[in-house]
Amino acid sequence: MSEAGKSGALLEVSGLVAGYGVTDVLRGVDLRVAPGEIVAVLGSNGVGKTTLNKVLSGLIRPRAGNIRFDGADITRATPRAIVEAGLIHVPEGRKIFSNLEVRDNLDMGCFARGRARREPNRERIYSIFPRLKEREKQLAGTLSGGEQQMLAIGRGLMAEPRLLILDEPSLGLSPLLVEEMFALIRRIASEGLAILLVEQNVVQSLALADHASVLENGLVALAGPAKDLAADPGLQKTYLGL
Amino acid sequence: MYSPAIIFEAVLNGLMTGAVYALIALGLTLVYGVLHIINFAHGALLTAAMFAVFVLHVAFGIDPYLSILLLAPLFFALGYGLQRFVIGPASHGDDQNILLVTLGLSILIENGLLAVFRSDTRTIDVPYGFNVVEIGPLLLSQPKLIGLAGSVAVAILLWLFMVRTDTGKAIRAVAKERLGATLMGIDVAHVYAITFGLGCACLAVAAALLMPSFYVNPRVGNAFVLVAFTIVVLGGMGSIAGALIGGLFIGMVESVSGLLLGESLGQIGIFLIFILVLLLRPTGLFGAKA
Repeated sequence: MSEAGKSGALLEVSGLVAGYGVTDVLRGVDLRVAPGEIVAVLGSNGVGKTTLNKVLSGLIRPRAGNIRFDGADITRATPRAIVEAGLIHVPEGRKIFSNLEVRDNLDMGCFARGRARREPNRERIYSIFPRLKEREKQLAGTLSGGEQQMLAIGRGLMAEPRLLILDEPSLGLSPLLVEEMFALIRRIASEGLAILLVEQNVVQSLALADHASVLENGLVALAGPAKDLAADPGLQKTYLGL
Repeated sequence: MYSPAIIFEAVLNGLMTGAVYALIALGLTLVYGVLHIINFAHGALLTAAMFAVFVLHVAFGIDPYLSILLLAPLFFALGYGLQRFVIGPASHGDDQNILLVTLGLSILIENGLLAVFRSDTRTIDVPYGFNVVEIGPLLLSQPKLIGLAGSVAVAILLWLFMVRTDTGKAIRAVAKERLGATLMGIDVAHVYAITFGLGCACLAVAAALLMPSFYVNPRVGNAFVLVAFTIVVLGGMGSIAGALIGGLFIGMVESVSGLLLGESLGQIGIFLIFILVLLLRPTGLFGAKA
């Protein structure tokens, strides 16, 4: 562990076991994200991607294993402490505040972290997502699916993340919007932000990521540089239908 | 047929009573809107607040209106503590348990008050208790007029708090999207407790506004809460504006139907409205669609 710490990992997950009731969904997951890197976690429905995210953001406690973020142990930290440390989770299904204005949604993003630079951060997010600026005073519930996803990411960025977890950002978007979303993620990452991208969309995620891990049955079945995984015959067969 | 002046006076009297109903409903609807639970201890807490006003006046000579400065913060703290350390932990995350816990609390509070104060009905004597304000041909009770002004002021303050402040926005965020709020570092247990505290502070203000013109006994809160439930359903569960407008409307209905049907039958109008709302518009006037 200390060796890995020295190697400069931002997020270091080892031997993570977690689940609900008597079932273990994660059965010993290892994962590593270096600063400024995009890591994709891939896998089909029900392999434990969402559970992994819930454990990382403190919503459920792991049964075994260890999570280190930026050198500190956050294995049993509260969601708030994890947010304060800069590990921000943009959840699947957006979970925006549909009863609040777009601008208030963004402001809630810096409730626990980044409040001092709220104004400049908000302006920066408007420059990335001009659509949000146009709809600043609209209730978030009136936005389209793509705009809601932009808002969810923007809200996450308000907390000045050091690592941003994006859970299924392309889910439910039209193919054209999926392209746009991946381009936006690339743009955010180009400023040096580390991203953990959890996706079912294998082709585009591998094209975007530096490293990738494939989850199967609660275990990492395959991990390595995204380029190598894209060329892996087993992966091509299972996920790409080639 | 009644003269327009009498009808008008009944309407105004109803609005004044209704405003205090609205304040009681406000606490109920706030807690429902955010915690998604019905607080069955609401009536007992109102009774407790009314006894607190009574004791402060009888034992220490503190004016009921002045006692707001003391009791509103005190009841906020009481509500915060109840939710954070009793109701929240005892519910184990299950809404049915919360119903039972708040029901149990109400039995405890009522019987505690019964043990201390007996079942006698008591009033306080303030020099302005029977003062009237003359507006043209109308004679309006001064304590009730203050009740109207105070209730509307609290409703507006609460609304501003919810819309303008970060804490208020966090409360609304938690009400709609608990998971999303948690992931932004908002402490849901803390927000729940603040909300419950605000509901109790509303009761303290309502109690202070009621006492100069009303009586207190250990069961008095229940009658108010029954009306408050009607208001919450009429206005829409969880809506602040709905509670205010619903309260004013219900007060008016009670007063006018009291005039037409006789004082003792005044509440028939309320429950007629209640049934009509349930039949025709179950989400209430300002309620969100289910």
